[in-house]
Amino acid sequence: MWVFLGKRLLLVLLTLLGLTVVVFVVSHVTPGDPARLAAGPDASQEQIALIRTEFGLDRSLPVQYAIYLKGVLQGNFGRSIRTRRDVSDDIKVFLPATLELVFFTMGLAAVLGILFGILAAAYRDTWLDHLLRLVSIGGVAVPMFWLALMLQLLIALKFNLLPSGGRLAIAMSPPTTITGFFLVDALLTGNWAAVGSALTHLVLPALVLSSPSLAAVTRMMRADMLDTISREYVVNARANGLPERLIVAKYVLKNALIPTVTLIGLRYGWMLGGTVLVETVFDWPGIGLYAVQSSVAADFMPVMAVTLVIGLNFALANLVVDLLYGVLDPRVRYA
Amino acid sequence: MALLDIADLHVHFHTFEGTAKVLEGVSFSLDAGETLGLVGESGCGKSVTAQAIIGLLPRPPARVVQGRVLFEGEDLLQKTEGEMRRLRGSRISMVFQDPMAYLNPVFTIGEQLTDVILAHQGEGARGAIDLVWRRVWAKADLAEARRTAVTLLRQVKLPEPEERLGSYPHEFSGGMRQRVLLAMALAGAPRLLLADEPTTALDVTIQAQILRVLAGLVEAQGIAVLLISHDLGVVSRACRRVAVMYAGTVVETADVRALFRTPLHPYTQGLLRSIPKNVRRLETLQGIPGSIPSLVSPPAGCRFHPRCPRVMEVCRQTAPVPVPFEPGHTVSCHLFPAT
Amino acid sequence: MTTASVSWWQRFREERESQLHELQRSLSAVFRNPLSVIGLAIVCLFLLVALIGPWLVPYPEDATGATHLAKKLTAPNAQHWFGTDEVGRDIYTLVIVGTRLTLRISLIVVGVAMVIGIPLGVLAGYLGGWVGELIMRVTDVFLAVPGLILAIAIVASLGPGITNAMIALSLVWWPGYVRLVQGKTLSVKTESFIEAARGVGSSRWRIAFGEILPNLASPILVKASMDMGLAILGAASLGFIGIGAQPPTPEWGAMISTGRNYLPERWWYATFPGAAIFFTVLGWNLLGDGLRDVLDPRSRL
Repeated sequence: MWVFLGKRLLLVLLTLLGLTVVVFVVSHVTPGDPARLAAGPDASQEQIALIRTEFGLDRSLPVQYAIYLKGVLQGNFGRSIRTRRDVSDDIKVFLPATLELVFFTMGLAAVLGILFGILAAAYRDTWLDHLLRLVSIGGVAVPMFWLALMLQLLIALKFNLLPSGGRLAIAMSPPTTITGFFLVDALLTGNWAAVGSALTHLVLPALVLSSPSLAAVTRMMRADMLDTISREYVVNARANGLPERLIVAKYVLKNALIPTVTLIGLRYGWMLGGTVLVETVFDWPGIGLYAVQSSVAADFMPVMAVTLVIGLNFALANLVVDLLYGVLDPRVRYA
Repeated sequence: MALLDIADLHVHFHTFEGTAKVLEGVSFSLDAGETLGLVGESGCGKSVTAQAIIGLLPRPPARVVQGRVLFEGEDLLQKTEGEMRRLRGSRISMVFQDPMAYLNPVFTIGEQLTDVILAHQGEGARGAIDLVWRRVWAKADLAEARRTAVTLLRQVKLPEPEERLGSYPHEFSGGMRQRVLLAMALAGAPRLLLADEPTTALDVTIQAQILRVLAGLVEAQGIAVLLISHDLGVVSRACRRVAVMYAGTVVETADVRALFRTPLHPYTQGLLRSIPKNVRRLETLQGIPGSIPSLVSPPAGCRFHPRCPRVMEVCRQTAPVPVPFEPGHTVSCHLFPAT
Repeated sequence: MTTASVSWWQRFREERESQLHELQRSLSAVFRNPLSVIGLAIVCLFLLVALIGPWLVPYPEDATGATHLAKKLTAPNAQHWFGTDEVGRDIYTLVIVGTRLTLRISLIVVGVAMVIGIPLGVLAGYLGGWVGELIMRVTDVFLAVPGLILAIAIVASLGPGITNAMIALSLVWWPGYVRLVQGKTLSVKTESFIEAARGVGSSRWRIAFGEILPNLASPILVKASMDMGLAILGAASLGFIGIGAQPPTPEWGAMISTGRNYLPERWWYATFPGAAIFFTVLGWNLLGDGLRDVLDPRSRL
C-alpha cells in the first residue's frame, strides 16, 4: 500500500509541476508587453525597464520559467498591482476565509446529502423520493451565482432573515485569531456573539455553494443504498435471521457509504471552483473574490497564484480520498 | 410427522412479458435428519422452492397463489414476517451458491459470524438495539460468541479458526468461504438446512470436501438437508432420496438407488441417459430433444409433453398428479395413472 | 446486382443495419421516460428560439442598440413582460436575442473540445505506450484545477471578451473528452472483433477510427449533451464575473451582472435572464440523463 501511495504522490507532484508550466505559459501569452502590464498603466519608461530586468523579463523563456518556479517554491508569487502587496501576503489573509466556507459547506453537503439519500432510498418511489429527485436535478442545473442572488434577494434583502454578505456583522470585530476560522476561533474563545454572527453569515453562502454537491451526494447515496440492499450478502444476512434494522444500519450503510464518502472528498475541488461565484455575490473576503477582482483589473499575478493554490488543494484532496478509500474498503488495501 | 411437507405449491412471478408460472404444483416431504436432493435443470424452479420455504421470495414480483409449506406441522406461508425472522437461522437455515457474493466484503468473517451467533443466543427474538448492546457493552457475551464462532469454524474444518476471525472474505479461497457460509447457517442450530447449489461454484475436489463436511454435520447433529443441485452426480453421492423437478413441477421422487435402477418418468430416464458415467462404453450420449418451455405461456397439460418420447393425447390436455408407484417412489406421469 | 450499382446509402444501411435498429429502439425508449421527454421539449424550444426568435421579438431595435431613456427600469407589465433595463430596452427581447448567442457559444466550445479531445483520446487509448502516457499526463495537468478557475486564469491573460472566453472554455473542456474516450477505447480495444479486424489486415488508422470510434458514439453523445448545459453555465459565469461577454451584448450572464447593481428594488433585471439559464441547462441535463439511461446505463454513477 505504501508503494501505491508513493507512486500517487509522485504523480501528484508531477501534475502540479505541469500546472506551473501551464500557468506560466498562460501568463505569457498576453498580448502586449508583460513588463508594462506588470508595472501598471501609469508607470514611466524607466520603471518599466527596471521591472523588466528585475523580473528577468529580458531573459529567454525557459530561464524565466526557472526563475518563476524558484519563486513559487519559495512562496513568492509576485506582487499585485491592485493591492500593492505581495500576492503571498494577500493569499495568507484571504485563504482562511475561503477554507472556512468550503469546509462548512462540505459538512453541510455531507450531512444533508447522506440524509436525503437514505430517505429517498427508504421511501423509494413515493412523493418524497420524487421531490428529492427534483431537488437533485435542479441543484445541478441552477446557475450558482443566480441562485445566490435570488436567495440574497428573498431571504436577506426582502425579508431580512439572514445577513446579505460578509463574514461578520459590520460593527463586530473578528475574534482572536487562532486558526483564522471565525467560527472555530469564536468557539474556542467563548465569544458567543461572534459564534452567532459567524454562523448566520455562513448559512446562505454555504447553502448556495453546496447545491451541486448536495445534488450529487443525494443521488449517489440513494443509488448506492438501493444497489446494496439488493445484494446477495444482504439476502444471506436475512436468511440467517438477523433483524432488518441491523442489516440496514450496519451492513447496507457501510457498503453504501464508501463511494459516497469518496464523492464528498472529490467535490472539495469543485467547491473551491464555485467560491469565485459565491464569494462575489456575498462579498466573502476569500481567494475566490480576490481572483475575480484581480482578473477584472487585468492584474494577473494574483490570478495565477490562486490557480496554483487551488490546484494544490485539489491534488491534496484527491490524495486524501485515495487514502480514505483504503481505510474504508479492505479489498483495496491489498490491490 | 414429516419435518417439512410441501403440498401443491404454486408460485407466480409478474414480469414485463407477463405472468410467469414458475412453480405449478410442487409437492414433496422431508423427515427429520434426512437428506433429500432436489434436482433439475437451470430454471426449473429449485431455488424458488427454497426461497418460498424460508420466506425470502422477492415479494413484489413473486406471489404464492396456492399451496402449503408445513414445517413441524405449521404452515409457513401463513406466518408474519416477524415470525419468519425468528425461524430463520434458528430452525431453518439456508446456504447459497456463490460464497463471494453472499459474504459482506467490508466486514471480517468474525464479525459477521458473531453477529449471527449473538442474534440466536438464548431464547426469544433479538432486536437490533439488543444486538448492538451485546456487541459493544456486554463483553462477556461477545467473548462467548467468539468462542462459539471458533467452535463452528472447527466443525466445518476451517484451518486455524482463531486467527481467521479477523480476516476478510476476499482473503479466503472459494472452498473456505463456503465453509464460512455453512458455519453461519449452522450458528443457530437449525433443524432444517436448505443448501442451494452449495458446490456448483467450486472445483471438483473442493466439492467433495464440502460434501463430506456436510455429511459429517448431518450425522453429528441430525439436521435435515434439502440439497439443491443440477448435478445428479453430487446428489446421488450425498443424498438418500431424490426429487426430480422439471419446469416448475416435481415429476418423480424416490430413493437414489431406486431412481437409478428404475427411473419411471420419461424426463428422468432422459436425464440418466445423458450422464456420461451412466452410459456404457461406445454407446452414444443422448440429450433430450427440444428445450425448456417458456414459463409465461407453458404448454397445456403436462409441461414435458412436447419433448416426451411417449406422449399421449391425455398428456396434452391435463396435468398429471403425483401417484405412488411403490412405497417411497412417487411419479407424476399419465403413464402411471392413479387407480 | 453489382457493387457499382448499389448506392452508398444502401451499403451503409446494410452494414450498419443492426446498429441502426439499436438506435431506433433506444430513441423510442427515451420517449418512455417523462423527464427526458421534458428535457427534449425544452431543448427543442431552446433551439427554436435561438434560430427564429430574433425575428419574432416585440422590440427588435432594442437588440441593435436603441435606447429609450424615458422608459428605463420599468417593472414587468403588459408591454414589457420582463421589464426594461437601465437604458430602457425590453429585457424580454434581450433574453430572446441572447438565446442565439448562448447557443453559438456552447456549440463552439463543445464542438472544439470534441474535435481536439476525441482524436487525442483514441490515440492515447489505442496506441498506448509513451504517446498515450504523455497525452494522459498533459490531460491530468489541465484537470488539476476546477475548470472555472483555469478559464478565469486564461481570460485574465488574454483579456476580457466573448471570443477569449470561448477560447478559454474550449481549452478547459477538451481534457474531459480525452479521458472519456481513452478509457472507453482501452476497454473496446480488447474485444474480439478488434482482433478479427486486425486478422483481416485492416490498418491501425482504420481500426481506430473505423471500428473503435463508432462504438464510442453512445457515451460521447451522452457527455456532449450534458456538456452543452455545463458550457452554458460556464460562459454565463464568466459573463457574470465580468470577463466574458461584455455589456451591452445581451449575454445572459453579463445581463445578470449588470442587473445586480439594481437589486433589490428592480429585481426583474437579474431574475429573468437567470431563469432562462436555469431552464435551458435543466433541459440539456434532463435530455443527457435520459440519453444515458438508454444508451449507456452501466455508466450511471
